[in-house]
Amino acid sequence: MKLALTVNGGRHEQEVEPRLLLVQYLRDVLGLTGTHVGCETGLCGSCTVMLDGMAIKSCMMLAVQANGSSVQTIEGLARDGKLDPVQEGFWERHGLQCGYCTSGMIITARALLDRNHRPTEAEIREALGGNLCRCTGYQHIVEAVQYAARKTQSSVQGR
Amino acid sequence: MSEREPYVGRRIKRTEDPRLIQGLGRYVDDLRFADLHHVSILRSPHAHAKVTSLDASKARSASGVLAVVTVDDLDRANVGDVPCGAVLSGMKKPTHRPLARRKVRFAGEPLAAVVAPSLAAARDAIDLIAVEYDPLSAVIDPEAALKPGAPLVHEELETNRAFDWSVSSGDIEAAFKSAARVASQRIVHQRLIPCSIEPRGVVAQYFPGDRQLTLYTSTQIPHLVRTMLAGVIGLPENHVRVVAPEVGGGFGSKLNFYAEEILLAFLAMQLAPRPLKWIETRPENFAATIHGRGQVGTIEAAVNRDGRILGVRYRSIQDLGAYPQLLGPAIPTLTGLMAAGCYKMDSILVEVTGVYTNQMSTDAYRGAGRPEATYQIERLMDIIADEMHIDPADLRRRNMPHPEEFPFKTATGLTYDSGNYRKALDRALEIAGIEKLREEQRTLRDQGRLIGIGISSYAEICALGPSAAVPAGGWESATVRVEPTGKVTILTGASPHGQGEETTFAQLAADFFGISLEDILVKHGDTAEVQYGIGTFGSRNMAVGGTALLRAMERVRDKAKPLAAHLLGAASPDAVTFSGGTFSAGDQSISFAEVANAAHRAASIPDGFEPGLSATASFEPKNFTFPFGTHVCVVEVDRETGDVTFLRYVAVDDCGKAINPLLVDGQIHGGIAQSIGQALYEEAIYDEAGQLVTGELMDYAIPKAHQCPHFETERTETPTDVNPLGVKGVGEAGTIGATPAIVNAVIDALEPFGVTHIDMPLKPEKIWRLMQKEGR
Repeated sequence: MKLALTVNGGRHEQEVEPRLLLVQYLRDVLGLTGTHVGCETGLCGSCTVMLDGMAIKSCMMLAVQANGSSVQTIEGLARDGKLDPVQEGFWERHGLQCGYCTSGMIITARALLDRNHRPTEAEIREALGGNLCRCTGYQHIVEAVQYAARKTQSSVQGR
Repeated sequence: MSEREPYVGRRIKRTEDPRLIQGLGRYVDDLRFADLHHVSILRSPHAHAKVTSLDASKARSASGVLAVVTVDDLDRANVGDVPCGAVLSGMKKPTHRPLARRKVRFAGEPLAAVVAPSLAAARDAIDLIAVEYDPLSAVIDPEAALKPGAPLVHEELETNRAFDWSVSSGDIEAAFKSAARVASQRIVHQRLIPCSIEPRGVVAQYFPGDRQLTLYTSTQIPHLVRTMLAGVIGLPENHVRVVAPEVGGGFGSKLNFYAEEILLAFLAMQLAPRPLKWIETRPENFAATIHGRGQVGTIEAAVNRDGRILGVRYRSIQDLGAYPQLLGPAIPTLTGLMAAGCYKMDSILVEVTGVYTNQMSTDAYRGAGRPEATYQIERLMDIIADEMHIDPADLRRRNMPHPEEFPFKTATGLTYDSGNYRKALDRALEIAGIEKLREEQRTLRDQGRLIGIGISSYAEICALGPSAAVPAGGWESATVRVEPTGKVTILTGASPHGQGEETTFAQLAADFFGISLEDILVKHGDTAEVQYGIGTFGSRNMAVGGTALLRAMERVRDKAKPLAAHLLGAASPDAVTFSGGTFSAGDQSISFAEVANAAHRAASIPDGFEPGLSATASFEPKNFTFPFGTHVCVVEVDRETGDVTFLRYVAVDDCGKAINPLLVDGQIHGGIAQSIGQALYEEAIYDEAGQLVTGELMDYAIPKAHQCPHFETERTETPTDVNPLGVKGVGEAGTIGATPAIVNAVIDALEPFGVTHIDMPLKPEKIWRLMQKEGR
């Protein structure tokens, strides 16, 4: 089937097998291996990407279902060599250890902050409910998101 | 050079992170190869069955299929068995073929593997293999497995009993005879699934011209995998290269050597030079990667009238699963050695029986035997405190050795290096505000709310370890290679999987050489690049691997000094000092980078100086280290639902010197989260037929963000003289200290119902039923 979509700002058009998952398309066709596969059942969240501004699990969607959409992956988050505040927060606050869940965590956190600029700790923990981390115990991830929220706030106020 | 604050001891953010937060890490599945082919594995749907026929002819002739391998092919090629590195004295050990022969012994056991150009084609071909089974009764319960007439997992052994192991000292009978009170509790340490978020994965490629096999595998022990693989596959070890690239968590599950690693290597040699890839699916990860815990036992303590422990007796059964994997049988022996916990006692008797069952093997899962030891003694301490009406903290205090008693010889014969157990306990209680907490608990209890406070004090065994006590050796290696530009490359044998070693090792080196973190590169995981080493497990990297690094750096410095003396025109190397990245003699000085350059340029060198500037060292520790601490947990149990909510969590841990307190916190947090999983949610359940009921993330509940509290962490720092860095290790402390604190808190909350023990996991349903039964 024919697939046309935007990934990290670039247009892509090609024939793909109907059964190809979006995550396989991103990883195997486009070579964007920053999006990881942890379960193929939508439970671990490692494959989370942004689809038209919403965090979705790319293992639960066929590539052709994303036809006409705009996808953002972890590779497209930094702008002009500058890290997104969420990425910065994960680095500053030690929000990752093995790093495997990190791409999905960062995308989910980005989507949360896009719709809620000042989330409470409980709201952050709730929003991360679909992303599993086995290393960190989540506390530094929560702090990373809080860091990003503050940073985004101050840059908005500074304008 | 201006004096700057040392890196060591500071909360330095990680040098690993820029690649990982931008999706640029390269895990096994991310590596790219031309002409890559895919492997899929046929696994037994039965827990116990005779394989009466296996017909792979249809699969072999399926379009695109390059190969189908069964055990007959392995036999013909003399491929060896999956090894066990911990065969205890007198242990009955079965043959463990990488693919099952004539009989399957657990659901998920591999029977055949298929190679095809696409994963879809490989999986389709698996369905074309026709297997006929004659199902047998499965034996799942390890206690039932010991009864006469139980189905035999391995008929040739004539029993399911793999081994009996014991450790003892003192007169245990006399202790129990003279006891004012005997407390006892049967304890179940349920089976757990390690569940690293990256499953296992292997890529193998073989070039027949130079007989070079490369295996990329998600492992904690690349060098040990290389040695074992060479033996099993029949290649000289120096023709095997093992690469652990970015590894997405392990927690012990990748401290192993698996059938799939053998199969991929074998197939790659058959189909050379095609690279072959196998990436574990999550159901395969749950069914066929090692499980943890799986111990059941009864612990008894003889106590005098002051609450002092006279002796402890622990009899347990370890469920080994169907086959002894790499270290499986050794795990309960660690429980035995640590059975005295952080307490003094004159006598002890631990008896462990290892048993085969029709389930996945158990082996090292974060803590590996020590969580069991801590859990049971800390549960028992609360039971004794309750029965004798002694404050639980006070009871613990009475039984702890004093700081001046260290090095402290335990009842099981270990020598605890250093400790101040009361200090950590008192500090944890102080942070928690125990007096006020107890008061609030009473007030809220009067209002009908169920608040519980749980304490757990622990000592654990780390920095594995003296080589005599570790199957493959317990030393570690490091090479420091100073490049001509003065940049420093560190090669460490301790291949990490998320610990942040690239940062902490660089901190040590930056301080030692007086250079910046950016000038250092830490490399690991590739046996073609890194000198032989052991790997990451047993909270050993910094204590053993970091010390090897220190030794190598000292050698580099000592080699550079005569050259610096020569360049500075000093009378002798002894006249040269090295500090802050500068060699000085009198009022003359020269930078580290200049000396490095001169060492490589070699145009002006003193007599006997070998050009270049690098050194390799290894470190053999003379003892283990014994970190310790106290955790305090406060929970509320919902009367209506039995649900447990955390109100506070305080952890005071002592891991010796903290090289990077930020990373130490991270290790503690993660460890506690895994304890939360064991205490409240996680349990690998096989049904009577041996089917893994919790075979997916939907059914096996690892903790989510909202199920973990905010952890309040603090440290005491008691140095150790086991290594010159004074570090003890921190990777497993959280998993060891936290579980009993959580369970003790829940049981304390349920005091109004007369509940004295519940086996983990403390699911709401279990608690709710108890409240209905015992309701007041």
